[in-house]
Amino acid sequence: MHVTLTINDTKHHLELDPRVTLLDAIRHHAGLTGTKKGCDHGQCGACTVMVNGRRINSCLSLAVMHDGDAITTIEGLGTPEALSPLQAAFIETDGFQCGYCTPGQICSATAMLEEIRAGWPSHVSETLDGPALPTEAEIAERMSGNLCRCSAYPNIIAAIRLAAAEREDAA
Amino acid sequence: MTREMTHAMTHDGPDTDHRLDGMAQGVLGRPEPRPEGALKVTGRAVYTGDQQVAGMVHGALVRATITRGRVTTLHSAPVLEMPGVLAVIDDARLVRFSGQGATTKPPAGDAAEVVYHGQPVALVVAETLEQARHAALRLRVDYAEEPGAATGPEEPAAEVELPEKKQSVTGEPDAALEAADAVIDRIYRTSSMSSAPMEPHASLAEWQGGKLVLHSTLQMLASAQGQVAAALGIEAEDVRVLAPHVGGGFGSKLGISPETVAAAIAAQRLGRPVSVVCSRPQSMETTSRRSETLQRIQLGADDEGRLTMIGHEALVSNLPGQKFSEPVQQATPFTYEAAHRRVVHRVARVHRLLCASVRAPGESVGATAFECAMDELADKLGMCPVALRLRNIPKLEPGTGRPFSSHKLAEALTTGARRFGWEHRHASLRARREGEWWIGMGMSSLVRVNTVMEAKARVTLSLEGSALVETDMTDIGTGSYAILTQIAAEMLGLPMGSVETVLGDTDLPASSGSGGSFGAASTGSAVYLACLELRSKLAEAMGCPEPELTLKDGHAIHDNRKVPLATLMGGAAMQAEGHLIPGEAEDKARQATWGAAFAEVGVNAVTGEIRVRRMLGTFAIGRVLNAQTARSQALGGMIWGIGMALTEELVHDARDGHIVNRDLAEYHVPVNADVPALEVHFIEERDDWAPMQAKGIGELGICGAGAAIVNAVHNACGVRVRSLPMTVDKVLAGLVEIDAEAQ
Repeated sequence: MHVTLTINDTKHHLELDPRVTLLDAIRHHAGLTGTKKGCDHGQCGACTVMVNGRRINSCLSLAVMHDGDAITTIEGLGTPEALSPLQAAFIETDGFQCGYCTPGQICSATAMLEEIRAGWPSHVSETLDGPALPTEAEIAERMSGNLCRCSAYPNIIAAIRLAAAEREDAA
Repeated sequence: MTREMTHAMTHDGPDTDHRLDGMAQGVLGRPEPRPEGALKVTGRAVYTGDQQVAGMVHGALVRATITRGRVTTLHSAPVLEMPGVLAVIDDARLVRFSGQGATTKPPAGDAAEVVYHGQPVALVVAETLEQARHAALRLRVDYAEEPGAATGPEEPAAEVELPEKKQSVTGEPDAALEAADAVIDRIYRTSSMSSAPMEPHASLAEWQGGKLVLHSTLQMLASAQGQVAAALGIEAEDVRVLAPHVGGGFGSKLGISPETVAAAIAAQRLGRPVSVVCSRPQSMETTSRRSETLQRIQLGADDEGRLTMIGHEALVSNLPGQKFSEPVQQATPFTYEAAHRRVVHRVARVHRLLCASVRAPGESVGATAFECAMDELADKLGMCPVALRLRNIPKLEPGTGRPFSSHKLAEALTTGARRFGWEHRHASLRARREGEWWIGMGMSSLVRVNTVMEAKARVTLSLEGSALVETDMTDIGTGSYAILTQIAAEMLGLPMGSVETVLGDTDLPASSGSGGSFGAASTGSAVYLACLELRSKLAEAMGCPEPELTLKDGHAIHDNRKVPLATLMGGAAMQAEGHLIPGEAEDKARQATWGAAFAEVGVNAVTGEIRVRRMLGTFAIGRVLNAQTARSQALGGMIWGIGMALTEELVHDARDGHIVNRDLAEYHVPVNADVPALEVHFIEERDDWAPMQAKGIGELGICGAGAAIVNAVHNACGVRVRSLPMTVDKVLAGLVEIDAEAQ
């Protein structure tokens, strides 16, 4: 089937088996292997990308469902020469060890901070009406769909808080 | 032209020179960021499954649906007619489970002979991943099943062995227990567990001429190279293994796994590169696991808390014929003093997935159970648990009389207690309540044996003033890139940015690999020795003794002379190989790392839910090579302790032994919200008996941390759970029992 995916502002015209997941399309057909496959079952979050600004597990979605969608992967957030604030913060706080879950963590965190900014409540929010704040508890709750077996969790929270604080300072 | 030299050192005894402390660059020990960090956070680090080469096709494993028996027929024909399918591989060389670590012996046996449910029996190869996966599911396999296989260690049908070397008796344990003022005699259980690294096991095999080029998810390349070669019946030099980035291993990638050999055979047969990436269930079901344990711990003490008797019996399991058995009692002989001792080690032969090393084999489960028993003894004596441990620290290794290379348990305990605020713990149970929550504190000692392995590394100093470190070492998240770069930078007086470290390729000098907490000290020492050799040559050119040579920021300094390094190099790059050879040091002194863990938990009085509120760990690991990556390793270890205590359990089907929860939704590793504020404190020391005075850090955190949580739960609500993980049902049953007794 023919599918057009806009990944990191570049259009990819792909001829795909309908069984190809969005994750495998990004990795094997668009050649962007920064997005990782940890479980292929929507259980670990390593494959998190943003579709039209929202974070999703790309392994749980078929590529053919995303014709025309705008997808942002880890490669679209920054490069080694021009890191995004979250990418820089992950390095500074050692928010990873093996690095395999890291692209998913960073994509997830990027969208998660927007969710907080938009006032979306979480399971640990005091009220449903907001405002939501990037506290340790909120971040831990909202990032619990992204597993890290190296268990860099305390450093991941530190990275996200660092990036969030820098953004507040800049605003 | 490059001048080449070698510096080999056999590690026979203590080194009191502490040369690294005299270096001038000042980067070693500092919390330097990982050099490969920018690649990892931008998705540019290429892992095995990310490799894509021209003409690559995909393989999918097919697995047994019986527990024991033989494959009689593979119905390949219909599958071969499916779109894109290229081959069904059922080769006698296919392996059935992972190889063990640090051996060139491949996993034994014939894949057509099924010994556990879920074992790979064939590989289906197709043009695309989707085609291969679909075809693998469609492959019909006939078996001649042998019923009645024991699948649980406590089943009557399970044959139980007592390996002679793993039993020991000192003094008269039974009489000592009889005479003791206080006695603990309890059974503890820990569950079957999975390493579950985030990166599933994967291999990409390509034959170039008669040689196999293999990208694979491995921790130890040189031994894996030997395993692959032996499994295929070829020479080791005809195999090149590459693994520059590995997405976690935790023991499960020490040896080769079934997909490694399957990919190599398929690639050979098809003449095309073959990629086999395990699905998550395959990654958890076809490699290895940590054995469940049943531990009987007996403690006898006098009324002042001096241990008189220590008994530690264990029942673990593994497949028939396997030599590895979870070394539960590894630290029991030397952690605490007691004149009378007994160690009994039983191995039940069961038809479940292979047991092998998972992060800290032995102490992870052995010290955890033992430290629970120590807490029970403290309770019985009415003693502070910290004081009980302090009272029983031996001066020399019990039994052998060997000295300890360094023994920092006491300091780890007292420093930890002070920093944690242990004095605020209530000795009585159920003393603190906040709303629905009982709050309590617990602690445990941490102990892990320390060892080094043979390792080589090559360092090249260029005329431009940069250095290249090369070794087949892996970085599985442990920080190898960072610390090897730091060691070379420190020794050669170069900024971090002027040193490049290249890892993960068997064409490079053979290292220790990553495992058993030995990577940093072993391969780090090889880098250190190579640099020492380069320093000698530079000193010679400078006309001074090597120890008097100062190297800093690309310059050599002696007396009042300061020159750029290049002026000492005779117009050519210099290269040296360092070679660390384990020697008698290990026999002459008992080496271990020491620490203590403290936990505060809340237990919901209504639901039995446990929340870890905060934890603190102290770690005495010799020289800290990188304060940040070492801290991260310590955090990881402690969090694995949380997992062991609260959530992690591979459930085996009682009928056929298969792993029921073989994915990350059902096998519960800790998630972000399970982890509270954690504090890590290093007890700075120099262990003379360790090369570079540095020991391992990757495993110590898990070697007892879970017990601190178990003990805190007891302190909080009075429920003592002796079967891990402490799931809500177990806690709730205890709460109900206490309430019933109170009425």
